[in-house]
Amino acid sequence: MPEPKEKKYAKPLPHIDEENRPWWEALKRHELYIQKCRDCGDLRYYPRALCTNCLSSRTEWLRTSGHGKVYTFTATYQNQAAGFRESLPYIMAYVELDEGLKMLTNLVECRPEQVKIGMPVEVVYEDVTPEVTLAKFRPAR
Amino acid sequence: MSLSRKTAVAGVYEHPTRFAPDKSMFQIMAESVRGALDDAGLTIKDVDGLATTGMGMGGMGIISFADYLNLTPNYVDSTAIGGSSFVAHTAHAAAAIAAGLCEVCVVVYGSTAASQRFAIGTGGAGGSGDPPDQYDAPFGVTTVGAYAMIAQRHMHDYGTTPEQLAEIAVTMRLHASMNPVAKYRDRITVEDVLASRVISSPLHLLDCCIISDGGGALVITSAERAKNLKKKPVYILGVGEAVRHAARGQRDYLDIAAAQSGKLAFERAGVAHKDIDMAMIYDSFTITVLTTLENLGFCKRGEGGAFVSGGRLRYDGAFPINTDGGGLSSNHPGMRGIFLVIEAAKQLRGECGPRQVKNCKTALVHGTGGALGTRHSGATLILSNQ
Ligand SMILES: [Zn+2]
Repeated sequence: MPEPKEKKYAKPLPHIDEENRPWWEALKRHELYIQKCRDCGDLRYYPRALCTNCLSSRTEWLRTSGHGKVYTFTATYQNQAAGFRESLPYIMAYVELDEGLKMLTNLVECRPEQVKIGMPVEVVYEDVTPEVTLAKFRPAR
Repeated sequence: MSLSRKTAVAGVYEHPTRFAPDKSMFQIMAESVRGALDDAGLTIKDVDGLATTGMGMGGMGIISFADYLNLTPNYVDSTAIGGSSFVAHTAHAAAAIAAGLCEVCVVVYGSTAASQRFAIGTGGAGGSGDPPDQYDAPFGVTTVGAYAMIAQRHMHDYGTTPEQLAEIAVTMRLHASMNPVAKYRDRITVEDVLASRVISSPLHLLDCCIISDGGGALVITSAERAKNLKKKPVYILGVGEAVRHAARGQRDYLDIAAAQSGKLAFERAGVAHKDIDMAMIYDSFTITVLTTLENLGFCKRGEGGAFVSGGRLRYDGAFPINTDGGGLSSNHPGMRGIFLVIEAAKQLRGECGPRQVKNCKTALVHGTGGALGTRHSGATLILSNQ
């Protein structure tokens, strides 16, 4: 009997490096963080080593509530790229976190016609490989 | 130091091909250079500046193209900021010529996107591997998807309708029907656009640019030299460029690069919005046109839907744009900034036949590169025949 084919994760994966490792490791623990400058207080996402407002390297990691609102979205019906062509349509969105930052993500556990701009959403953690967990969002419960 | 009227577009050429499986990218580019030099009444020996970039080129492709044409320019510019690159190249060439770095600069682009079957808008979500891509690509960002999110937000904030976006596509097709080399020339209606399948909501197939092969070239030189050449000079009055991105998670996504580059170009040109007789606005998607017109200041933010309605954008309307049929209907070989400058120059020279805009003295060109909804560039030129 042939062995069952292992389903391989085909979508793009991030390159985890020393600069962003704390962020990805937090996601593995199912925690979503943003960064705050210890000198000027400016908030930033995605994670990076320096504050873009004052160039300080002194960074604080802030754990978010994981709640936010849909800022904008699109339901994609055509994407030839491996991993996505099998999962059409999927919903891509910018979610504005309660902390005020926008992040690009997918909306899950809902259909395109249910999504509205301004709709409250909450983070769900998708463990896509042993190393990588993605922060996606679903309608808030 | 003002650049205004120190330099001019002296020659233009749009390669007529829309599908060229028999030609290489460099062949299309070289034929375009020949055409633009012929148009200007110059020869290859006059060229001492070269600007190009391309999707099919390596990072040092400009040297390879210099090799192909046996050019040894004193000035090279391979700025790569997407479809707007060639508009930026024109601006840079104007500055270089005014500063004495070169005298005759050729700006050139060529692509075999269609015959090589590139999936430009809806494939390859992998990105470049630069840091921001790490946080976008896993979620399936496509070019059309990134623009669709701008459209969705605009509709939400201002009540912009799919019909208003569709009218942009309908107008571009009308213009293409008057352009003998346009790829799609059969007239369409708003209903046709709305009945075409949704690619990425709220954008339909006919809200999206086409994919073609093609190429084109420009010859830029000093105003003095242009006056003694074959064609009427098209003077470069003002230039501007800008980028927009995620702004550390704090961007207002309906603010696009055109707001900054357009303001710079108007200030530097010393002309007002009412002086613009026609515009070439990068139309990767219908929403690109609407939001670019707002950000350039031709109407207020939120008023773009009304502004593009009622035939205003037609060649014979109150504010004609994209008289060649644009990327939505004429040609879009991966990037089309160069065609924006070519058609604006032809309009200013009065060479556009049935689609000629009456009394066309001053034109604005705005190129967009990248994706409005993630990271993009904008480059603006103001040109005049006076
Ligand atoms: Zn700071």
